[in-house]
Amino acid sequence: MTQTSPTQSSADPTLGPVARFLKATEIDTRLLGMVGALVAIWIGFHLYGAIVNGNGAFLTPRNLWNLSVQTASVGIMACGMVLIIITRHIDLSVGSVLGFTAMVMGIVQVWILPDYLGLGNPLIWVIACLVGLLVGTAIGAFHGWLVAYRGIPAFIVTLGGLLVWRGAAFLLARGETISPVDATFALLGGGPFGAVGAVGSWILCVIACASILWMMVSGRKARKAHGFPLRPLWAEYTLAGLSCGLVLAATLVVDAYPWPKGIVSQYAAANNITVPEGGLFISHGFAIPLLIMVAVAIAMTVMMGRTRFGRYVYAIGGNPDAAELSGINTRLMTVKIFALMGFLTGLSAIVASARQTSATISLGQLDELYVIAAAVIGGTSLAGGVGTIYGAILGAFVMQSLKTGMVLIGFDAAIQNIVVGIVLVLAVYVDILYRKRAK
Amino acid sequence: MNKNGTPLVEMRDISISFGGIKAVDHVTVDLYPGEVVGLLGHNGAGKSTLIKCLSGAYRPDSGDIFINGQKAVIENPRDARSFNIETIYQTLALADNLDAASNLFLGRELVGAGGFLNDAEMEAETRKIMGRLNPNFRKFNVPVSALSGGQRQSVAIARAVYFNAKILIMDEPTAALGPHETQMVAELIQELKKQGLGIFLIEHDIHAVMELCDRAVVMKNGQRVGTVNVNEVTDDDILGMIILGKKPPQAY
Repeated sequence: MTQTSPTQSSADPTLGPVARFLKATEIDTRLLGMVGALVAIWIGFHLYGAIVNGNGAFLTPRNLWNLSVQTASVGIMACGMVLIIITRHIDLSVGSVLGFTAMVMGIVQVWILPDYLGLGNPLIWVIACLVGLLVGTAIGAFHGWLVAYRGIPAFIVTLGGLLVWRGAAFLLARGETISPVDATFALLGGGPFGAVGAVGSWILCVIACASILWMMVSGRKARKAHGFPLRPLWAEYTLAGLSCGLVLAATLVVDAYPWPKGIVSQYAAANNITVPEGGLFISHGFAIPLLIMVAVAIAMTVMMGRTRFGRYVYAIGGNPDAAELSGINTRLMTVKIFALMGFLTGLSAIVASARQTSATISLGQLDELYVIAAAVIGGTSLAGGVGTIYGAILGAFVMQSLKTGMVLIGFDAAIQNIVVGIVLVLAVYVDILYRKRAK
Repeated sequence: MNKNGTPLVEMRDISISFGGIKAVDHVTVDLYPGEVVGLLGHNGAGKSTLIKCLSGAYRPDSGDIFINGQKAVIENPRDARSFNIETIYQTLALADNLDAASNLFLGRELVGAGGFLNDAEMEAETRKIMGRLNPNFRKFNVPVSALSGGQRQSVAIARAVYFNAKILIMDEPTAALGPHETQMVAELIQELKKQGLGIFLIEHDIHAVMELCDRAVVMKNGQRVGTVNVNEVTDDDILGMIILGKKPPQAY
């Protein structure tokens, strides 16, 4: 009764059941398309493996857990790239900046700090992370300044950056690989100990579901208070069910992936636990890199949708002149956007170098292309003004799934590159077709 | 209209040139509360350039601007806004990808607890003001790229009205509109005039000028040809000023 309003959306009898469902739930058809593509890729690789190689390895807890860890680095940076592309810029330097930042952090925690603080000091990983974030942010801000206040196109500034920072990373350590990184620092990259375990995962699952429900209830209340049109109740229940179901499924998957036997016996020996006859089942749970990426995605989504900063990013992308005439300081905004990109690259460098437990000269190579591809596959328009964080995250999963899937079924690197390239072009073409039709 | 008091705006001896070409050459204009002053001239006569000095988009090479008799320094659009100067641009300065409420409040968003945007409040306010200006307006939740020219223009005007503009600059506000929508804008201008706003109207359509303006300033080649009280001259007089630069006896 309460949901009757002048513009009741689900009442249109001319629409078919699917269209009516989409309209009532306000699910974006693009989002649906991307999820569909991702699921198709997953099932496709699994079936191909099962039929051709006799071993369907894709849809296993182990592979999906690894996929979540491998996606994190590109996914975190893709969140920042969305803002850059929305404002009609591009950043080609993220891979090199990641490599440089990782090298700086490696030097700080392996060569410098142990001499002053002693090996394994808990301050080491904290200082290393702070230095990494600071260096990343500073480089990003510098790029932004060149673009905004010196009028050099972002394409050129960051193309220069691509060469400069990779070269600088080489000079810093004379091309050496710096390892091993601090033990606590390494946890940020995942691995059996770099995950929150079964109990932690269930706690996070409950918190996530509770937040989803709370957001839906309070959102509905706010709309009601202003007399805006509401979704029908059945649509609300369906949405809530879907979202919580997804969180639950993810939790079940990561909890179904046990520690390897060697790690279990090591752990048991260290903690005086006797391993029973059939082995001890210890779940990984959600990996820390995945949680970092999810936290970044949530924070960025809130920022884009609910703060002035986000609103200005979209306004600048939609019409830079209008934004300037509306009193927005577009130059300063550009510096801030590039600085944010740098910050996220720093964060990504932490995750990537922690995962490899070392800083190598080639860390992050070609990442810029994967990051841009993730943002673009996720629906960020290179013409500016359009893009979402969740799209970029999904795009990152698509790119990583392709990469992982082809490795699993034994395609060699040359074919991998060809497929990834074709998918990128195809995704943009589909996006163009979609926008034409939407008009 | 009270011509004896202090003018709302006085632009005195304004000059600005681009690459050696004098776009505006020692031009002086003024504007009183409750008055509509038309700015006329051919394309490239310098009307838009002159007015952009007032809206903060350009900075004049020389000359002074006085607001309510006080010397005003306007270096960017933010400064202009602080003097309650609002501009409705020919090119419709709207961000196409945002909805009506986001455009109306762009640069001046309502924020709630914790600095988060209060979108519900902004949409409610937008519904209120659009109900007053354009009661047929319904498209609140779509990007303004989906709106018609008139609907977009009403969003641009709503923005100026909502924030209590004292000085309104309209650059060919009806150029992209159909007859019905043009009538709507004309009524709106009369309404704003009654409320005591001063309006600079850049306009090509001589009939619109005769109908809406109290005074008309004619420019040619960056210079001011003359100023006339519209009710003292015929449209032929004004056309003569625009085309030939010929000053009728009533002009000053």
